[in-house]
Amino acid sequence: MEKTLNLTLKVWKQNGPREKGRFETYKVSNISVDSSFLEMMDILNEQLINEGKEPVAFDHDCREGICGMCSLYINGRPHGPDDDVTTCQLHMRKFKDGETIIIEPWRSAGFPVIKDLIVDRTAFDKIIAAGGYVSVNTGGVPDANALPIPKPDADEAMDAASCIGCGACVAACKNGSAMLFVSAKVSQLALLPQGRVEAARRAKNMVARMDELGFGNCTNTGACEVECPKGISLSNISRLNREFLTAKIKD
Amino acid sequence: MAQKWTNYKAHQKLVNPSNKRKLDIIVVGTGLAGASAAASFGEMGFNVKVFTIQDSPRRAHSIAAQGGINAAKNYPNDGDSVYRLFYDTVKGGDYRAREANVYRLAEVSNSIIDQCVAQGVPFAREYGGLLDNRSFGGAQVSRTFYAKGQTGQQLLLGAYQALMRQVELKTVKLYTRNELVNIVMVDGKARGIISRDLVTGKTQRHFGHAVVLATGGYGNTFFLSTNAMGSNGSAALQAYKKGAMFANPCFAQIHPTCIPVHGEFQSKLTLMSESLRNDGRIWVPKKKEDAEAIRAGKLKPTQIAEEDRDYYLERRYPAFGNLVPRDVASRAAKERCDAGYGVGNTGLAVYLDFKESIERLGEDTIRARYGNLFQMYEKIVDDNPYDTPMMIYPAIHYTMGGIWVDYELQTSVPGLFCAGEANFSDHGANRLGASALMQGLADGYFVLPYTIQNYLADDIRTPRMSGDEKEFVEAEKESQDRLNKLLSIKGQRSVDSIHKELGLIMWDFVGMARNKEGLQNAIEKIRAVKKEFWSNVRIPGSNDGMNIELEKANRLADFIEIGELMALDALNREESCGGHFREEHQTEEGEALRHDDQYAYVSCWEYKGDNQEPELHKEELKYEEIQLVQRNYK
Repeated sequence: MEKTLNLTLKVWKQNGPREKGRFETYKVSNISVDSSFLEMMDILNEQLINEGKEPVAFDHDCREGICGMCSLYINGRPHGPDDDVTTCQLHMRKFKDGETIIIEPWRSAGFPVIKDLIVDRTAFDKIIAAGGYVSVNTGGVPDANALPIPKPDADEAMDAASCIGCGACVAACKNGSAMLFVSAKVSQLALLPQGRVEAARRAKNMVARMDELGFGNCTNTGACEVECPKGISLSNISRLNREFLTAKIKD
Repeated sequence: MAQKWTNYKAHQKLVNPSNKRKLDIIVVGTGLAGASAAASFGEMGFNVKVFTIQDSPRRAHSIAAQGGINAAKNYPNDGDSVYRLFYDTVKGGDYRAREANVYRLAEVSNSIIDQCVAQGVPFAREYGGLLDNRSFGGAQVSRTFYAKGQTGQQLLLGAYQALMRQVELKTVKLYTRNELVNIVMVDGKARGIISRDLVTGKTQRHFGHAVVLATGGYGNTFFLSTNAMGSNGSAALQAYKKGAMFANPCFAQIHPTCIPVHGEFQSKLTLMSESLRNDGRIWVPKKKEDAEAIRAGKLKPTQIAEEDRDYYLERRYPAFGNLVPRDVASRAAKERCDAGYGVGNTGLAVYLDFKESIERLGEDTIRARYGNLFQMYEKIVDDNPYDTPMMIYPAIHYTMGGIWVDYELQTSVPGLFCAGEANFSDHGANRLGASALMQGLADGYFVLPYTIQNYLADDIRTPRMSGDEKEFVEAEKESQDRLNKLLSIKGQRSVDSIHKELGLIMWDFVGMARNKEGLQNAIEKIRAVKKEFWSNVRIPGSNDGMNIELEKANRLADFIEIGELMALDALNREESCGGHFREEHQTEEGEALRHDDQYAYVSCWEYKGDNQEPELHKEELKYEEIQLVQRNYK
């Protein structure tokens, strides 16, 4: 026999950025422990539609933990009670029969609510636009093997580059800081010779843009690293601080 | 052939810098093809408007590609060349692709790797600091560049960052959470689009001297696929309705290594990268009683002795073994499961086993190569693949068919271009692994920036339109009417319930094995689904503001038509080739049997109006460089 769960859900409902939000309580039953958390949400929505009600709006897309579209604050944790996963990879076997699950959107000044559980994360794009790239145009570049890169550097850059831009770090931070996100991109590019050329400018511009957009300061609580579904390391923040200070000293 | 692209570039028309500023290009979609094209157009000096349905361009489904990207660099010195990549791609596609396009793809493949490295894409490297390669299906060389199991993510982030740089420089205007709902035609040319803001529900008119669609494939017609939940075929279908021909719609790829279906509530299928077949061995039990005991939960795979395992790919295809192309591997899995040797509680799964590789290379090496994939598997299935073999089964993954384009990637509608998975051009009847990323970036970085100029050079005197012209107003009204019609149905069934019904019909009759009777049956069933949808769908809420059910319904309306088109095309193609397997046409050994004398053509379907049969046009495929032979991976 397949194991199933009966659950009570307290879900944040909010019609728009300026509207007042509230918790709604729903019941779902016979949820297979093998279904994913978002499949459970699908079942809830199917139930609501069949009752003639509006479904709960939530962001999701690839459902395999890479696009960074899904969010959700589940029982007080970004991406819920499992480690190293996004909400879409969270499975119901992590919950108990009869449990009450509280589901909220990311809550941060940098991410205003659009509807229900959907927030606006375009601030992240704006930070990348401020300098999260190597300024090369298409064409006219050297052969890919012209510049050897030590394997440890390439691997470390890859680890930093694994960030999916979901925003869990901001949601987990009591200050609403985006430092882990910014530092991951700054680190990736600072570790590679291609990105080294603009490293100083990049660090300054991205940090300035982050501040402008209403993200808080970093006080090194480390909550971001704990909740990051991709295990982005706090050491990236140290590297960003070094890059930033070196750039400022040179000014 | 080898000179064609060089000659094209030498003689094409160009647009001078001051005129580029006067020309607007609309790009729809921000996956590899769309983002790379939009960034490149911006760098060149055109005015670009780019649209994505997600909240950020970085989330397009290209991001989920795991394994890698092919290029003919021949860094490992194993005999690779542009010609060989070209040859492998044409052969892998079962001789149903256009030679000239594929040759160009192979030719520009090397530039893609150079470009991505310059952008800071952290490809895997050897200890000497140079780039590492691995093998993929359908090739006997190692030509696949990779970034862990996240190659698509890293390439897309490279293109996305290039795009955001242009957004900052104001050459590109970005519209997020915006969906194309119509294409605007003025005097027979594509001159703009109608978009719908998914947050406010409002439609907007946008002018462009040219429009590029890079909106991906239509695999979600099957409901369950490896595509993202939002991936859809609506832009392609709207283009089809405006006169762009739809080519080879029945060519859909079933990927052999996906996590099997586990229940009715399942929302999508998760792919396990083809790269796993480098080190994993695929098998089922040799004895039926063992398979039955496994299905009943009485036996574990690790308890089956070596001599009682059937490594059926190695047995049937000794030359390529576990690295046969996807269509071949998928059918072989289905054959074993249909014969009663399948495992898992449904019997619809086979094993992918790493035991031997772990013994040979050590767990650490396997972890370094595939760690993130193993973790993904463990989180979904709750089983540790280091100890017990993975279970896999084929699933819909990629659509080779799509909007017909010429050598310039222009559709049959002047001014409307199509790139990436959305077009039909390079993969014939089957795409090889690690070639989708290659094609997306080839189209966006290295083909469209040339060919679109050749078109726009004649348009430098065409003034910008305001969007108030009657063609724009009418197109907008047409879209709003359709949305209102959907909302007014107020039926009994949710969008998903109807989509699942469509998906089952597609999987049963238009899936891995097809036959005449089944396809005729499918067409009738799909028409019934269409009727059910337009009379009984229930969409709560209104058109003011965000309405996710309305978005889904609008896409499902198009999936239903694509499904019918796929079935029609599959019925017409009385042969087996690549991903299209007609049971009536197979060799004695059960391999796909082509009929080159009758079907060496691209099926191009022209829209003739709602509820009318589309008209079939044939583009003859002439092979000059490569001789057509039966594919052989033995």
